[in-house]
Amino acid sequence: MPEFPAVWTASFLSDFLADQLIPALNRGLWVTLALIFPSATLGMLLGIVIGSFRTFGPKPIRKLADGYAVIIRGTPLVIQLFILYFGLPNLGIYFEPYTAAVIGFTLCSSAYHSEYIRGGLMSIKRGQMLAAQALGFSRIKALVWIIIPQAVRRALPGCGNELVYLIKYSSLAYIVTCIELTGEGKVIASRTFRFTEVFLVVGLYYLALVTVASYGLHTLEQKLYIPGFGRGDR
Amino acid sequence: MESLIAVWEAFPYLLQGAVVTIIAVVGAMGLGLLIGVPMAVGQVYGNRPVRFLVGLYVWFFRGIPVLVLLFLFYFGLFSLMGLNLNALAAATLVLGLTSAAYQSQIFRGSIQSLSQGQLKAAKALGMSDFMGIRTIILPQALRLSIPGWSNEYSIILKDSALAFVLGTSEIMARTHFVASRTYQHLPLYITAGILYFILTWAGMRALRGLERKTRIPGYSHG
Repeated sequence: MPEFPAVWTASFLSDFLADQLIPALNRGLWVTLALIFPSATLGMLLGIVIGSFRTFGPKPIRKLADGYAVIIRGTPLVIQLFILYFGLPNLGIYFEPYTAAVIGFTLCSSAYHSEYIRGGLMSIKRGQMLAAQALGFSRIKALVWIIIPQAVRRALPGCGNELVYLIKYSSLAYIVTCIELTGEGKVIASRTFRFTEVFLVVGLYYLALVTVASYGLHTLEQKLYIPGFGRGDR
Repeated sequence: MESLIAVWEAFPYLLQGAVVTIIAVVGAMGLGLLIGVPMAVGQVYGNRPVRFLVGLYVWFFRGIPVLVLLFLFYFGLFSLMGLNLNALAAATLVLGLTSAAYQSQIFRGSIQSLSQGQLKAAKALGMSDFMGIRTIILPQALRLSIPGWSNEYSIILKDSALAFVLGTSEIMARTHFVASRTYQHLPLYITAGILYFILTWAGMRALRGLERKTRIPGYSHG
């Protein structure tokens, strides 16, 4: 029969939860958000660039961008972070934990975004590019003003998923000693040995983040939807 | 040069880690399949409480990072339940439970993509619900799930690297161990990355082979 600790009482709630755990986790939450926002924005932008290279770039660039995406998507994010944080110092390149984490997350999510963006770009009919050129757009201008705005809308469901993954994988920053939500939880749990309680609450924080993000993305999808244009890949 | 020697000497040790990684991944995929299929069936054909429970399970396991789940179960819930598991078993179990949530959604998608008439036809032929689902729906749905399933394989494989935080002796943990003794971090982690890359590639290839092998001639879906 499982034995629940006798400390799950009112004093537990007030002393441990309210005085220790929640303030520490809130501190960690800010770090987590500070990791997610730049990584998500930069990752998306880089993903659009790489996705465009993979679809419209000249052959050598296309191959290079394809290789980048394949390598990043074929290796675990932990390894990438370890190479950035522990590996590069072998070459004399040093990063702060926070910087290493943001660079790692950006590179990783850009590879996944590029995959969805590429799908979106390829779903736009070739005729649109030709029509734009016929109207006097240069290739780059047609790409930026005509093709990408449509492709990004179509790629949005996939990119949204990737954002949710990013929120969850931001917990890996703790492994390269950037103390965010998971890290704060681990510190308190190791000190008090209340692993179950601490990580259940940490889990609730992530569930809240993920649920809010999914809701926001769904709303964004509805907002950006062009009537009569077909809904993404559905 | 020094770095090449470090990699050369560590390589057999890392390969043994690859075996541990494969055990964890195969175990987790199997467990995920075992739990994921009934959950998918429950979510499509079950009554309200069943659907709610499955939804809750999926929401929980898909909304929490694997790292947090590993800590929660290994240091917390498993010992609270009186289970005394070693790190590898615990990591496999947690990865399997997580994968079950994702796999159930893959299977649900393919079950729902079959036309509804099939189960009705099975019932009209005198089959029970259970028999219809087992002999008519699932054999088709599972075939359709293989592409999604191979995606899931590559995710689980990469997530299994996180098991090193529990002290499991898979590729990542062994690399970490050797690297912190020899200080050859960069070449060793690149080697580990290559090992994971090969495992991803080989697994995807094998699953594509399975997809071809199980395809029913002349029956194309959709």
